[in-house]
Amino acid sequence: MDQPTVLAETIHRLVLLPQGLTLDCGVHLAPLEIALCSYGTLNRAADNAILVCHALTGDQYAAEPHPVTGKPGWWSRMVGSGLPIDTDRYFVLCMNVLGGCMGSTGPRSPRPGSGDGSTEPHISMPWGTDFPPITIRDMVRAQRLVIAELGIERLFAVIGGSMGGMQVLQWAATYPELVFAAVPIATAPFHSAQNIAFNEVSRQAIFADPDWQGGRYWADGRVPARGLAVARMMAHITYLSEEALTRKFGRRLRRDPYNAEAPLALFGEMFEVESYLRHQGSSFVRRFDANSYLTITRAMDYFDIAADHDGDLAVAFRNTNTRFCVISFSSDWLFPTAQSRAVARALNRAAANVSFVEIDSDKGHDAFLLDEPALDRTIRGFLAGAAEHAGLEQRPRSHAASAGQA
Amino acid sequence: MRLDQKLIADMIAPNSRVLDIGSGDGSLIEHLFRTRNCDARGIEIDMAEVTRAVAHGLPVMHGDADSDLAHYPDGAFDYVVLSRTLQAVERPREVLRQMLRIGTRAIVSFPNFGHWQLRWQLLLRGRMPMTDTWSTGWYETPNIHPCTIRDFVSLCGSEGYAIQSWLAVDDKGGRSPWRRSIQMANLFGEQALFLLHRKDFGVGASGDTSTCQPIAHPAGSAQASRSSRLLDVAEAADEAG
Repeated sequence: MDQPTVLAETIHRLVLLPQGLTLDCGVHLAPLEIALCSYGTLNRAADNAILVCHALTGDQYAAEPHPVTGKPGWWSRMVGSGLPIDTDRYFVLCMNVLGGCMGSTGPRSPRPGSGDGSTEPHISMPWGTDFPPITIRDMVRAQRLVIAELGIERLFAVIGGSMGGMQVLQWAATYPELVFAAVPIATAPFHSAQNIAFNEVSRQAIFADPDWQGGRYWADGRVPARGLAVARMMAHITYLSEEALTRKFGRRLRRDPYNAEAPLALFGEMFEVESYLRHQGSSFVRRFDANSYLTITRAMDYFDIAADHDGDLAVAFRNTNTRFCVISFSSDWLFPTAQSRAVARALNRAAANVSFVEIDSDKGHDAFLLDEPALDRTIRGFLAGAAEHAGLEQRPRSHAASAGQA
Repeated sequence: MRLDQKLIADMIAPNSRVLDIGSGDGSLIEHLFRTRNCDARGIEIDMAEVTRAVAHGLPVMHGDADSDLAHYPDGAFDYVVLSRTLQAVERPREVLRQMLRIGTRAIVSFPNFGHWQLRWQLLLRGRMPMTDTWSTGWYETPNIHPCTIRDFVSLCGSEGYAIQSWLAVDDKGGRSPWRRSIQMANLFGEQALFLLHRKDFGVGASGDTSTCQPIAHPAGSAQASRSSRLLDVAEAADEAG
């Protein structure tokens, strides 16, 4: 595979947290930078803020063109003026997770005090695989610090799918008084053995790439593009469903564009699904860092909310006043409905206010990113109902605060 | 909102915690929230209805009476409502037990299989009766556990539930002249509505009388409140027997 241009050094909007954060692993990480995007206006009461949490390979560019790929934001069909997460009404924040590679502190960040060999101590080396292990709770704690920095005392809602949904659950469990409403979508209370297994295959693909060089690939400017692309290809299959793949590609063939004249050979022709996956792989390596992928997949693997509460998920949400809307998709086999139902039932045991919807879709796990009118209706309606209970004013009156400068 | 739901709503004290099992489009829980400031939630088995209710801003979860009530803690609600669904659940007795475990009171309505038209049709034709209320064929009906009003009173007796009040009405919930006699109600009531509590739960003794309202019928409240009363299970069972 061709070497992609190394992740462009894009300018992101950052919040600096000089005090840093003590991670679950015991390491104190300081200072901390969290990259974010925001949409809409924080009202005078600062009570209309919605935190949108991104998934494994997402980032903070939820509703604006991505600075690296130029593509629309990953949730631009959900977040915006007049859309279900209506930026005319809500102040929407999305942050790159701790350990990510779109501006937040992560394996690509310079390691403080890591001169390349003591002669020039002001030149710092990236953390690489020395970056401490991160948990979903660490990500949420970092987000909590940013929220406080922005002067937001309570989030009206926290919303996210997949790993974003894990963050939603973690927010509700760790800071229940700070979350009025929570919308965990296509997620689970712990990462299943099957999902850990998929992550492990992804990681092994990266390790197996000679360009990975034990994680120090930044040293000679090459990146483990092949390994990361294979990781993405494999993972991408798990985000779809057999039905969706059949509908989109079936068994259709296409001639290899690079070998159109070649006589029929073993790989002279390509199935469309192969071509699609290769495209997914090669475009992914242009915007994602391999060490970040390792760090974040590991954080997902560690995720198990009940484990922090004697194995009882209901205890994690005991006495919560948060309103929940748990959403799953019928064809999602990566985070199947049964796992969302387990969350909903645990919330029932905690006597929490919970709505639970399984949306009928053949699009698999990725359905939460795609055109699903029932999802739109559900989120829009749930937020409207929650806003009424929260006593949120209909339209933000003040345009004074525009948070997030660093 | 259906008239029978209005009757149910009239049984519920303001500011209560309510679980509506089989909440449909959520009109009862919305009514309870808007007019009585209740914390009302729903469970519904039909996913299209769940989506519609949640999209309307109502707290409804997908689930069913048979398998999901076990996940709620004891005494989580002041009222648990099961409207026209008891006859369709797999284990009605267990569902009632769960309702009165997770709720202080249970409000149950069901179509009465003892209605004279059903008896008459079965007697005369020797075929499963078909009426406005019982309108699906025996081979495809979801109503797998039909019962009569007397059957229900008898079950309450053996399970130790006190009947705080009861009402027999027609299919639309509109007419209820048989308030004194369970036997007459069993013959002429198309559907029945019961407000139950556990016998070991001291309603009234705790000073919690505000919620023990007589059923006020919308179409004749003076007469209704005069004739409505607390009915002990033993008394009811006697009358029924």
